[in-house]
Amino acid sequence: MAEKEKMTIVVFSGDLDKALAAFILATTGASMGMEVSMFFTFWGLNVIKKNKGSIESKGLMRKMLNVMNRGGSKRLKLSKFHMLGLGTWMMKRMMKEVNMPSIDEFITMAHEMGVKLLACSTTCGVMGLPENSFRPEVDSIVGAAYFLNESREAKISLFI
Amino acid sequence: MKADQTLDCMGLYCPMPIVKTAQKFKELKKGEVLEVVSDDKGIKLDMPAWCTATGHEFLGMEEKNGEIRVYVKKAHS
Repeated sequence: MAEKEKMTIVVFSGDLDKALAAFILATTGASMGMEVSMFFTFWGLNVIKKNKGSIESKGLMRKMLNVMNRGGSKRLKLSKFHMLGLGTWMMKRMMKEVNMPSIDEFITMAHEMGVKLLACSTTCGVMGLPENSFRPEVDSIVGAAYFLNESREAKISLFI
Repeated sequence: MKADQTLDCMGLYCPMPIVKTAQKFKELKKGEVLEVVSDDKGIKLDMPAWCTATGHEFLGMEEKNGEIRVYVKKAHS
């Protein structure tokens, strides 16, 4: 085949269900031979934050934000029926029952398939997230221009 | 239909049968046929679409008691 088709996804949401949709499409796109980039911004950054350790942000407000909004693939909540954790727990259990990968597994899988995981530099700055806030699968911290340039050549571009 | 290799995707839902097929295809040689066994109805339209996108050949499928067998040929390396 000629040059690979591109697909770009903005992951704005940090909800478990929306992240799941994003990763299903990203891994399928990669399986179809597309070059996929996922651009995590705002609450979406929670999806790719490391699960363990503390977030080393500076300043009281940013520290508070990152305590209340800790993030990490294992802490994501459903956008509906979270019900203090019960709904999310049930959904995770139902996913496991039908052999659906968890977000954690999806991240590893996507990375192994060559999906690029990018963190938005501006929101990292605003929210006080240094590079070591993220999991090792994250490729780089980039700005809007990089993402738009990728999207300019992409046949499929989604905002989730 | 005769296949060179079989991929068991029973109990798996989208996107796993397609993801696993793409991974398996890396091991196959050009011209070899892969049989994918699945009980996810989505595969009936997903696999032909995957073939259109990747340029591999969709040979057909058989369905019996909810078990769908799909045959795909590796058309290029």
